Amino acid sequence: MTEEIATREAYGEALALAGEKDNDVVVLDADLSKSTKSVSFQKKFPDRFFNIGIAEQDMIGTAAGLAASGKKVFASTFAVFAVGRTFDQIRNSIAYSMLPVKLAGSHAGLATGEDGASHQALEDIALMRTLPGMIVACPADGVETKSLVLKSLELENPLYIRLCRLKTPVIFGDKYSFEFGKGSVVEDGADVSIIATGIMLSKAMEASTLLKKEGINARIINMATIKPLDEDIVLKAASETGAIVTAEDHSIVGGLGGAVCELLSEKKPSSVKRVGVRDRFGESAPPEQLFEKYGLTATAIASAAKSALAEKDVQK
Amino acid sequence: MEKLGAEQLSVKSAEMRKEILKMTTCAGSGHPGGSLSATDIVVALYYREMKHKPDNPLWGGRDKFVLSKGHACPLLYAVLADLGYFPKEELGKLRTLNSMLQGHPSSTKTPGIEISTGSLGQGLSVANGMALASKLDKSDSRIYCLLGDGELQEGQVWEAAMTSAHYKLDNLLAIVDFNRLQIDGFVEDVMGVEPIADKFSAFGWNSIEIDGHDFEEIISAFAKAKECTDKPTVIVAKTTKCKGVSFIENVCDYHGKTLTSEELQKAIGELDLVCNIETGEER
Ligand SMILES: Cc1ncc(C[n+]2csc(CCOP(=O)(O)OP(=O)(O)O)c2C)c(N)n1
Ligand SMILES: [Mg+2]
Repeated sequence: MTEEIATREAYGEALALAGEKDNDVVVLDADLSKSTKSVSFQKKFPDRFFNIGIAEQDMIGTAAGLAASGKKVFASTFAVFAVGRTFDQIRNSIAYSMLPVKLAGSHAGLATGEDGASHQALEDIALMRTLPGMIVACPADGVETKSLVLKSLELENPLYIRLCRLKTPVIFGDKYSFEFGKGSVVEDGADVSIIATGIMLSKAMEASTLLKKEGINARIINMATIKPLDEDIVLKAASETGAIVTAEDHSIVGGLGGAVCELLSEKKPSSVKRVGVRDRFGESAPPEQLFEKYGLTATAIASAAKSALAEKDVQK
Repeated sequence: MEKLGAEQLSVKSAEMRKEILKMTTCAGSGHPGGSLSATDIVVALYYREMKHKPDNPLWGGRDKFVLSKGHACPLLYAVLADLGYFPKEELGKLRTLNSMLQGHPSSTKTPGIEISTGSLGQGLSVANGMALASKLDKSDSRIYCLLGDGELQEGQVWEAAMTSAHYKLDNLLAIVDFNRLQIDGFVEDVMGVEPIADKFSAFGWNSIEIDGHDFEEIISAFAKAKECTDKPTVIVAKTTKCKGVSFIENVCDYHGKTLTSEELQKAIGELDLVCNIETGEER
């Protein structure tokens, strides 16, 4: 059986490691420390942990003040509240001031499940992408999350880390090292490219197996940094495979799919299909049933790949 | 609709508590703690205080209820189903695919829900808007808003508190479910909010403190609120999180944890006792 861990769990473990490595690390939360797992840091370093209560806007301002005073701040809560409730505070106190605050939004996407639409962030990537200087990252598994959190200590830019509540398969080996701004080819193929972020990477890999059975070789690209987007890897995929699919547990408006389309329409118009939530709110249900209903499955990715391929052939 | 008296209200509350526990255990998720602490207040509102028509949820003359602490919706669903806003069978579909009963209230999916909530701290502002509209329309419709004590940490609550007082919204009643707990622990330890009544008074409100499980006190506070003109009223109701189920009362984890089926049987046994004592039936 493949090992499984939620990226939020790995985030908590990484915070505790970061706290050991660096005395300047400070962690904030907004009454959800047991859910975001920042509690792992609190247990080890109670003096460098501050619960701000159910006051996300205040948490962001406090994070800005700590960062302006040289602290390496992580601020965590559910993704909807982390960047939705607090957009203006992030824009002005953090991004406009170019402070290296690290915001972590857990419980992103339909993967949040039963709590329903009010708690399923489907627009957080889009919101954070619009802010100049903001780095937007969505790790695919626990290993990548840990590496990303530890490397973020050296960043000079603000960072948004998108995390998932669900346990998901571990994809990368222990030696894996994350690099900001770099996508990576997880499986090579020449017929079509599937660019996935976060928990959709493992589904994209499953889709690749399905496609192989039909004689289609897909290139699977992990895009853990959505901003700045790794333009080279996308343009290369477009030139070499000619057909692109994007996959994300997020709205198709303004997320990874949006970012890839913006780039390609300017630099290399190509046949693109976006797998994601099609401009609607989510709802309450177990995550697997939601993935099925909203078309976020390996099968849906495989059929998007086939239609991208078909359109590529027409364009030729 | 017939207005229930204190004794009938406590039987109704025990019934509603059973429904809350059943539906959350059946769903395997949801928020029992804050539903059980606010049961007596919401039962008193719907079965005695508010003007409303279950067979005509959008009736123009109705009073409106805003559940600002949206996670307590199992309570509201139990009450709305019992009153006939929708069939009781829906309760068994809480949090399942395509259900009208979402994990947090959705006004577009559920009859009787006035506004979608679930993101804390927003309800009092919405209630202000409804109260202002009621005044513009020269309507006697009153607005009721239920908040959590942890929820008071949201700054928007205090922005709204200024608005209610500034516009003299005496047709608005806010109720704080003062159960002393939030998710990460006691409110006092996470981020103190006391003194609550004094804070509201300083913001220009009429503040009343009561025992939120004593129907006589709840009913008399509702009456006092109506007598107060030119000011909004807040009732700070001291409550017990998970009230009515001895073995989980005041246990923080049951904010968002459901009972196992054995625990559920035990809890129902305790609540049956209340129903039977109050109605004088044989067990
Ligand atoms: C804006 C926002 N932040 C965080 C949450 C997550 N959350 C849900 S309930 C809760 C605790 C609420 O405590 P309290 O208001 O005291 O409610 P009660 O004790 O009555 O359940 C939190 C933090 C939320 N729903 N909305
Ligand atoms: Mg509380």
